[in-house]
Amino acid sequence: MSESVIPTTAVEISRAVRAGELSAREVLEVHLSVIDGREGEINAFNLVLADEARIAADAVDRRVADGGDPGLLAGVPLAVKDNLCTRGIPTTCSSRILEGWRPPYDATVVSRVSAAGAISVGKTNLDEFAMGSSTENSAFGPTRNPRDISRVPGGSSGGSAAAVAAGFAPISLGSDTGGSIRQPAALCGVVGVKPTYGLVSRYGLIAFASSLDQVGPFSTTVADSALLLEAIAGHDPLDSTSIPDADTGAARSLLSVLHDGVAGLRVGLVTELMGEGIAPDVAARVRQAAEALAAAGAEVGEVSIPALSYGLSAYYLIAPAEASSNLARYDGVRYGMRVDADTTAQMNTATRTAGFGAEVKRRIMLGTYALSAGYYDAYYGKALKVRTLICRDFAAAYQNFDVLLTPTSPTTAFRFGEKTADPLSMYLNDICTIPTNLAGHPAMSLPFGAGADGMPVGVQLMAPALGEATMFRAAAVLEAAAPDLSEALQ
Amino acid sequence: MSLNLTHEPIEGEHFLITSDLTGDVWEIVVGLEVHCELATVTKLFCGCPNMFGDEPNTNVCPVCLGLPGSLPVLNHQVVELAMRLGRALHCSVEPSVFARKNYFYPDMPKDYQVSQFDRPINVDGWLDLPDGTRVGIERAHIEEDTGKNTHAGGSGRIHGADYSLVDYNRAGVPLVEIVGRPHIRHPEQAKVYIDELRAILLATEASDAKMEEGSLRVDANVSVRRVGDPALGRRCEVKNLNSLRSLGRAIEYESRRQVDLLESGETIKQETRHWDEGAGRTRAGRSKEEAEDYRYFQEPDLVPLAPSAEWIAAIDAALPVLPAQRRVDLAAASGVGITETGVVITVQRDLDTLALAAIAAGGDGRRVLTHVEHNLSGEGVVDLDPSLLGNLVQLELAGQITATQAKTVLADMVVTGRTPEVIAAELGFEAMDTSELEGIVDGIIADSPDEWEGYCSGDDKRRGKLQGFFVGAVMKATKGQADGKAVNAILDARRSAAS
Repeated sequence: MSESVIPTTAVEISRAVRAGELSAREVLEVHLSVIDGREGEINAFNLVLADEARIAADAVDRRVADGGDPGLLAGVPLAVKDNLCTRGIPTTCSSRILEGWRPPYDATVVSRVSAAGAISVGKTNLDEFAMGSSTENSAFGPTRNPRDISRVPGGSSGGSAAAVAAGFAPISLGSDTGGSIRQPAALCGVVGVKPTYGLVSRYGLIAFASSLDQVGPFSTTVADSALLLEAIAGHDPLDSTSIPDADTGAARSLLSVLHDGVAGLRVGLVTELMGEGIAPDVAARVRQAAEALAAAGAEVGEVSIPALSYGLSAYYLIAPAEASSNLARYDGVRYGMRVDADTTAQMNTATRTAGFGAEVKRRIMLGTYALSAGYYDAYYGKALKVRTLICRDFAAAYQNFDVLLTPTSPTTAFRFGEKTADPLSMYLNDICTIPTNLAGHPAMSLPFGAGADGMPVGVQLMAPALGEATMFRAAAVLEAAAPDLSEALQ
Repeated sequence: MSLNLTHEPIEGEHFLITSDLTGDVWEIVVGLEVHCELATVTKLFCGCPNMFGDEPNTNVCPVCLGLPGSLPVLNHQVVELAMRLGRALHCSVEPSVFARKNYFYPDMPKDYQVSQFDRPINVDGWLDLPDGTRVGIERAHIEEDTGKNTHAGGSGRIHGADYSLVDYNRAGVPLVEIVGRPHIRHPEQAKVYIDELRAILLATEASDAKMEEGSLRVDANVSVRRVGDPALGRRCEVKNLNSLRSLGRAIEYESRRQVDLLESGETIKQETRHWDEGAGRTRAGRSKEEAEDYRYFQEPDLVPLAPSAEWIAAIDAALPVLPAQRRVDLAAASGVGITETGVVITVQRDLDTLALAAIAAGGDGRRVLTHVEHNLSGEGVVDLDPSLLGNLVQLELAGQITATQAKTVLADMVVTGRTPEVIAAELGFEAMDTSELEGIVDGIIADSPDEWEGYCSGDDKRRGKLQGFFVGAVMKATKGQADGKAVNAILDARRSAAS
């Protein structure tokens, strides 16, 4: 069977596999051959799991043959960010410090996609411990943007975004702490969703900043992200911050609303994220997207959310503070790398010095400082107050609007090395995506044409907590109206 | 309550140190911090068994090992037990949050300890000591225990060991840390405080509170000040107190050390000191200046804890009667003073139910408590039929058996469960006829003219000694059946007649 007859979306693949029109194994083999062909130049994966995937695909095919229910993601190849625990399979966070460690358990999302019949084809590359916006901070080399391999794929979930953009898998899982799903989705020209905090279990997601981290889907279509999010969402008793199912019903029912349209929907264009610091071609595409929504019947207006200006500063105190504590356990005592020394304290230091990369060390130091006695009130304490203000300002905006529209990233994909020398310019990549993490709200990025350089532009939709259904309705309309990615903005 | 309860220790209980140098009188001020393991089925944040003494690293899972990606889930039973303890200590149960206390140590799987910091679950309670002192409780919060390091090879101590082993079975076991206010003024009072706290922990079934197994650990904050000085002195925290005896000795040593320093014009450095039981002294550990900054912040993996008013009310309704109230009840029923040892020890040994029933069955209160205090401590005591103890005391008061005989009978009762009448009859214990006893006493006087002469004419000291001689001789002649009091009365009467 040739590649061309294999459908490219998860919705189509699972339908065909469930109907017995296609075997999970043949779907897998086509994708494995695509990986074989291009993975060398892309480096989306830390580990390709061809053998394990074949076993899983054959099991799905047997279930279909036996008349059993193979699940809603039956036979759909899926790539998993390498900060999600996979039982018996190395899980590295793209860090040397976890060298040799194999988790004894699966992350809840991994169990859920596998129970739904998805076929995990590999663990994807990321900025070390999800700290970065370009995947250049991986200990195992950067991932390249499949649309232009001289450019970054974004980060931190650059591997998961690139895997979908390159056709290695129709869907993938990433994690988003300050934009780590949406920004690479934008830079690679795919769809990426950060769900409401607590909608998807964090159990087995190796923590960067616990109060901000959330697992979410990548896909080429809005419907595929809806399908994957439905499969992973839902209460998990192993995660205390997971929201009870009784409260999330509507947010878990997404495929059914995709054709509901946006008539009467109030869409706010966020003033603070359309001006300074946003590339003109990106801003132009966002305005074009607003017009498309208006044309489809939405009421589009402008909204000012003043506290957003402080989001980046607050984030770069809160996230590193939590990280400094979350990453303390990598001390060489129990698992992963150990560099021996005379005393335990010296061993801890030697291990962490050798095991962590520069960006991780920078953030551990930032966070340790922000929490220190005498500095707590001025830094971490103040950042928490800003977080409260951002929530308050969002709440005010959502009095008048159902969804908000912004750019996902200030620019299209940049070139390797362009921002590595200056951490601040790298951090500014997250200026549009960070506020929703601080508020715990859902947001998603979807491609809306290309910029002046011919690289994809992502537009971001944001919604109040558990407003996923509304957000997906707007996304489906934008997807239908989106200019072709191959056409550069004139 | 009829107790005279004060927030300051009562008069006479102060442990005073008078300086040889200046003649100044110093008092000690002690506040105790107690860590106790809660007696839950499972650990604080996971389903692993909460078991002491199992094969190392067998009661562990990704959560209590702090493996990457694992998350804590709060054990409901921990909250239940912590609240029971808090309410038993008259604390207010408040909405609380968990916090991370960050520091590196190999026995701590995550290199932070989940604890409660600025918003603990129980605040502002008190505990009444048998002597009437009320000791304030600042807080009683929930936190997780650490694993246990064993240093092996070389010197076997942390510095100089060849290698170290870590057992994480204890990691994640639920603890409550009970922070007492500095209201203790005497080493003995500190021991009594721990005894009382342990009784409350046992009564509420919050903990098995075994100091020797480490399920109850005590640190003492010790300072001294001149009597009358309202300000508190600078304190030292004394750790490594593995028994009540160590606690008392360490406080005594540490307070004298501080007085000596202050008297010689030096200042006290606020620091942690470790008690060396063998050497009988404290040694400096980490001083506060080099102390670690724990960088506390709210634990983002857990949600705030806000027990409902209904839950708290249910806890209150199910609280057992606590030792302080039991002492009040027993004192009232027995007619014995509330601070007397008979009352205190009977409650401490959990034998007040038995004593109350024996008193209800007609036993004299004081005699019953005397038996409980002195003659009932071994096995089988809990099965003793209280009405039989009442009978025994009645026999005793009626003069049917002597106090010494009653003790023998009681020991038999505990073992066999037979009635005191049957046992007394079997042993041949019966009230001795007064004239018979008089005959025996007179015979012994006649056989011992020198001793009798000394008894009648000697000073009190000599008479006391010879009284022992005569009573002993009568007991020997009667095989212990004579009532000592009756013998004394006869001796007394004969002496009066002789003079």
